Amino acid sequence: MTVPTGNPLPEVPPLTMDTLLQGVWRENPTLVMMLGMCPTMAVTNSLRNALAMGLATAFVLIGSNALVSMLRKLVPGTVRIATYIVIIASFTTVVDYAIQAISLTLYGALGAFIQLIVVNCIILGRAEAYASRRPVLHSVVNAAGVGIGFTLGLVMLGGVRELLGSGSLLGVPIFGPGFQPWVIMLLPPGGFFVLGSWLLLLNWLRGRRPGASPASVPVHNHGR
Amino acid sequence: MAAESIPFIILSTLFINNFVFSMFLGLCPFLGVSGKLNTAWPMGVATTFVMWISSLSAYLLNRALVAANLEQLRLIAYIAVIAAAVQLVEMTMKKFSPTLFRALGIYLPLITTNCAVLGVALFQTTREYNFLQSMAFSLSAGAGFTLALLLMAGLRERLDLVSLPKIVQGSALSLLLAGLLSLSFMGFAGLGG
Repeated sequence: MTVPTGNPLPEVPPLTMDTLLQGVWRENPTLVMMLGMCPTMAVTNSLRNALAMGLATAFVLIGSNALVSMLRKLVPGTVRIATYIVIIASFTTVVDYAIQAISLTLYGALGAFIQLIVVNCIILGRAEAYASRRPVLHSVVNAAGVGIGFTLGLVMLGGVRELLGSGSLLGVPIFGPGFQPWVIMLLPPGGFFVLGSWLLLLNWLRGRRPGASPASVPVHNHGR
Repeated sequence: MAAESIPFIILSTLFINNFVFSMFLGLCPFLGVSGKLNTAWPMGVATTFVMWISSLSAYLLNRALVAANLEQLRLIAYIAVIAAAVQLVEMTMKKFSPTLFRALGIYLPLITTNCAVLGVALFQTTREYNFLQSMAFSLSAGAGFTLALLLMAGLRERLDLVSLPKIVQGSALSLLLAGLLSLSFMGFAGLGG
């Protein structure tokens, strides 16, 4: 039997915990792979927005990976990217209308970035590199891991930025009335600074571990 | 919103709401291709061209979709048009400048998933720009993206000459640099009100 995607079908490894955990930490899309940077920076000025964006992306990721995996033997190799994009765009449209129905304030805060989930390279990357060659269950579990990892990255950013920028978490004030908010953290430069600082911290931790070199992070690896 | 004048749109998209530094659009190629000035330059021009083509087609498409009452297909239609435009640029570049084609590598087809390109199409729709406004918007968005790319590439070429401690090498430093650049672009914030 030939596989139309043109990729040799690898031996399907058994479903392990690692299928899920790989995307959560070791290949975390935000902190290690540096993928999907635009929504990461743009919507993380509060924990609530970060969480909503993470969950919306995870939904599109899981849904489109499941569908891509189901269709993997039907889609001809030459038009596969176009097919994946259309599948992802359909799921994104669903999320877009769903968020609009659930909360208009949230919809206003996330703005165009909900529709921009389509061009999030994490999703296309997973579809091409994983779901197009694996059974449905593997793809869904892996996508869930990556989705959790992405949400985790966003929450790490959004939490710090909201804490420093408005002195609250999920809208609940933490530091009391005397706190002078560090407004720059809510503004665009804050996003770059906070993510940069997280990466510095992780690099430092990695360097302290014996036998690991701090430069082992893939630099600007755009990997598909 | 539709009453914004052309010079205001150009000034605002170039500096005040620069796509990279204050809207966070197009960060992947911004961090990926900004290593050298001589690849940053063509990448910026190619992206600007794709933005312009897709803004033009998105404008016409949107009118057709609204007329046919099919707004829910907007996103799918836009992304298909952008993918076609990128294909066009890729073929042109492969024919006329194979060296450049190889230098840009994977980032050329990835213009499709550059959110700045789709961002232009989506923003011009939500802001209800007319034809001329859309053209001004897409061209200055591209110019702003190119400007950001060039600034960053210039800085990073200089940084190659310096010896740095191990933990700041790579992405962490690029992000902090981008933060500083973004901070300086905040200085334009008062200009347009």
